[in-house]
Amino acid sequence: MAPIPYLSSMPELSITVNGEHRRIPAPATLDDLLHELRLDARTVVVEHNRRIVRRPMLGETALAAGDAVELVHFVGGG
Amino acid sequence: MTGGVSAVEPTLDSPLEIAGRAFRSRLMVGTGKYRSNEEMVRAIEASGAEIVTVAVRRVDLDRSKDESILHHLPADQYFLLANTAGCYTADDAVRYARLAREAGFNDFVKLEVIGDRETLLPDVAGLLTAARELARDGFKVLAYSNDDLITALRLEEAGCAAVMPLASPIGSGLGLLNPYSVRTIKRRLGVPVVVDAGVGTASDACVTMEQGVDGILMNTALAEARDPVMMAWAMRRAVDAGRAAFLAGRMPRREVAVPSSPTRGMLE
Repeated sequence: MAPIPYLSSMPELSITVNGEHRRIPAPATLDDLLHELRLDARTVVVEHNRRIVRRPMLGETALAAGDAVELVHFVGGG
Repeated sequence: MTGGVSAVEPTLDSPLEIAGRAFRSRLMVGTGKYRSNEEMVRAIEASGAEIVTVAVRRVDLDRSKDESILHHLPADQYFLLANTAGCYTADDAVRYARLAREAGFNDFVKLEVIGDRETLLPDVAGLLTAARELARDGFKVLAYSNDDLITALRLEEAGCAAVMPLASPIGSGLGLLNPYSVRTIKRRLGVPVVVDAGVGTASDACVTMEQGVDGILMNTALAEARDPVMMAWAMRRAVDAGRAAFLAGRMPRREVAVPSSPTRGMLE
């Protein structure tokens, strides 16, 4: 079966999220990434290329190829 | 009638104050290693703790639902104290502290910079570097430390809001190994001294509080007890008892016996 032209030509970004390699449709913001991962922005803290991005800025921060994103939250600990 | 029972109620004690904030309980508890979240919540309730520690970790992208500890701990009921557990450098600890602050609860951090994987003892140089940087950045730093007076003094100079010497290594349950050191640290520091790590059972907590320290933080002693809820109940009372005994002022130790009953009036 021939590839569907539309899908195969859709641009993608290659980024690292929590140490794992990921490809997401481009263009994308950090907010888009959270949506894609089904994460609630109120429950995670986002670090983008070692800089913390506050919630209001998530929709305005564009992702670029090679970016590193860390998504963290609180877990049990002593 | 006044006095009586109320005279020994620890409620007569002043509240624990850290960085200008008053806390009602001198017992702080961690949230790690419990067999279930439900058991953890019940144990924390039984402990009466107000300050509850949490760790910062990556979200598990495969199953992120209901994984955050905040789903189980009402943020309005507890004071969440984020730690930097697992950090081996000052830079890492500062990074974790900033991520934790961003979660938006408070600017307190339990600073840990670990120097050795086997003993989990603190890296003093890294600890001081991170403490200075975080204090400069406005954090209220509660620094997990070894039981060395000079380190404790340097941490206070670095701007820490509290110093947390260990009773014994993290998760060891060996109890208070050096009461003298902890007592000396308490005597010399102006900021609160909260013993963190190593308490194994209620008597350990009681003896620790009897040294005059301001509080205790524990996790494994509750989480790994056969019945964490009952152990939390015991720890709460042990901390109160130890505190009250310290405030009451113990009798002097003697190497000789002194009779409690009159020596006079004996039959011929």
